[in-house]
Amino acid sequence: MIELFNNLFFDHTLRTVALGAGALGIVSGALGSFAVLRRQSLLGDAISHAALPGIALAFLLTGNKSALVLLSGAAIAGAIATWLVTNIAGLTRVKYDSALGIILSVFFGFGLVLLTYIQKQPNANQAGLEKYLFGQAAAIVEKDVLIMAGLGLVALFLLFLFWKEFKLLSFDRDFGTTMGYPMALIDFVLTTLLVLAIVIGLQTVGVVLMSAMLIAPAVAARQWTDNLAIMVLLAAFFGALAGVSGTVASSTISRMPAGPAIVVAVSFLVVLSILFAPRRGVIWQRGRDYLLRQRFRALGGKKDV
Amino acid sequence: MPTNALDVSDLTVAYKEKPVLWDIDLTVPPAVLLAVIGPNGAGKTTLIKSILGLIPTVAGSVRIYGRPYKEQRKQVAYVPQRGTVDWDFPTSVLDVVTMGLYGTLGWLKRPGKKEKKLAMEALEMVAMQDYAHRQISQLSGGQQQRVFLARALVQQAEIYFMDEPFQGVDAMTEKAILRLLKDLRSAGKTVIVVHHDLQTVPEYFDWVTLLNTRLVANGPMEEVFTEANLEKAYGGRFMQLKATARALP
Ligand SMILES: Nc1ncnc2c1ncn2[C@@H]1O[C@H](COP(=O)(O)OP(=O)(O)OP(=O)(O)O)[C@@H](O)[C@H]1O
Ligand SMILES: [Mg+2]
Repeated sequence: MIELFNNLFFDHTLRTVALGAGALGIVSGALGSFAVLRRQSLLGDAISHAALPGIALAFLLTGNKSALVLLSGAAIAGAIATWLVTNIAGLTRVKYDSALGIILSVFFGFGLVLLTYIQKQPNANQAGLEKYLFGQAAAIVEKDVLIMAGLGLVALFLLFLFWKEFKLLSFDRDFGTTMGYPMALIDFVLTTLLVLAIVIGLQTVGVVLMSAMLIAPAVAARQWTDNLAIMVLLAAFFGALAGVSGTVASSTISRMPAGPAIVVAVSFLVVLSILFAPRRGVIWQRGRDYLLRQRFRALGGKKDV
Repeated sequence: MPTNALDVSDLTVAYKEKPVLWDIDLTVPPAVLLAVIGPNGAGKTTLIKSILGLIPTVAGSVRIYGRPYKEQRKQVAYVPQRGTVDWDFPTSVLDVVTMGLYGTLGWLKRPGKKEKKLAMEALEMVAMQDYAHRQISQLSGGQQQRVFLARALVQQAEIYFMDEPFQGVDAMTEKAILRLLKDLRSAGKTVIVVHHDLQTVPEYFDWVTLLNTRLVANGPMEEVFTEANLEKAYGGRFMQLKATARALP
């Protein structure tokens, strides 16, 4: 245990990776809260899967493998996917969830095709893109962490700045419109921040598992509080906790990749929260039902009610 | 001639290709309590939403107190149907009512002490002050309705649009809400209410708009709330309703 903490503080690589994963957890937890409350969990999944062809195309067009270039491609592809989902649902008879499913699989499939094509190129530079599938935290260097932290700070600052507007959008969009707020614009900004949060996580967690980092911390946090601000803070904390502990776990278990370890850690938090949270937790509710029934019976009530 | 509270002209709305409202012309004088009635699917909700710019219109214009709606947003308050929001949203009663002040607050400014105080006063008007710090999921349907009313009251508007504010509330709450609406009218406000219970229309309201895709009639209660007009709006269903009403004790 002590050795573990020593490593976390003094092992440069581990510290870098843990910092990156922690930053990713904070940002995805905070923004994921809004996605969950707006019932857009699946949009996050579609956006992150849709990032894959963006990454591949960015590499094919520029021949450059730097994170900034590839993640820009990811962001653009994510934005296009979001735009398509909204318009397919709005302009055709296709339902929103079907539109999500179509875009997710079409983009992801196309991404896989491009990835295969790139790997078949007789070019020494081609290897390494497949790490964006499940993430490769170990390959993260200081510069990547700086990019992640920079983007994350921007996202969190905008979230703080437009807090009131985002809350209005999430609770009662029409009411906001009647007060004169441009709700479509506010929606656009919030969704852009969601894309940003996803892009931040792609190197560590990868396109396949990224949506878990958006949904799971928020779902866990919702169990413990009825206050939006506390929920967002708690989700950020859970995200960071999972990020750091997943990284540490993967460093102690050989051949254990960090991305999946982080997702397992965050799932663990969800299970704990769903079971044990006061009031909303399963055990609490079962216990309360049991006590009520006992009291009712003590008052001489019938057994089956 | 005094300005009308509401002037709607040539309003036509269609979802996909099917017209839902057809060429509606509607004028409403100030300080009336108006019931919008018509059968299910008549377009009552659509009328209110299109007046408020919440759904795109094919044609038509809306003026509030003589000026285009877009310039008059601060004069307008809206009480949506209760079921349109997620009542499990993590927020408190007071917080929801405070949202009614976001329009006057403007961008980026946070509600402070003054806003909280105004919201509390609105909650007192609907007798919900004891619930101010409750989470909104712990409210009954009638309490939710009163929270939405308080959110509209805090807007300090001149004209109120309410979509079925009596839906699913008990008799006591209904009377309390009615009292509130009548007070608003006495204070010179115009209150437009989508209403379903034909029996209570003459007792509650003084102005009626009968709707069934087209405007059937619009005017003072005694002129417009006639059997002939009701039959025009409700068709065969009105006769059934009447028979049912007679069968009741
Ligand atoms: N989002 C929508 N897309 C397509 N059609 C719709 C939509 N909303 C309403 N409609 C249709 O428009 C018509 C009018 O609906 P509206 O909700 O305005 O009726 P209403 O008078 O409020 O009915 P109710 O008494 O049931 O509330 C209905 O035929 C309905 O099927
Ligand atoms: Mg309706």
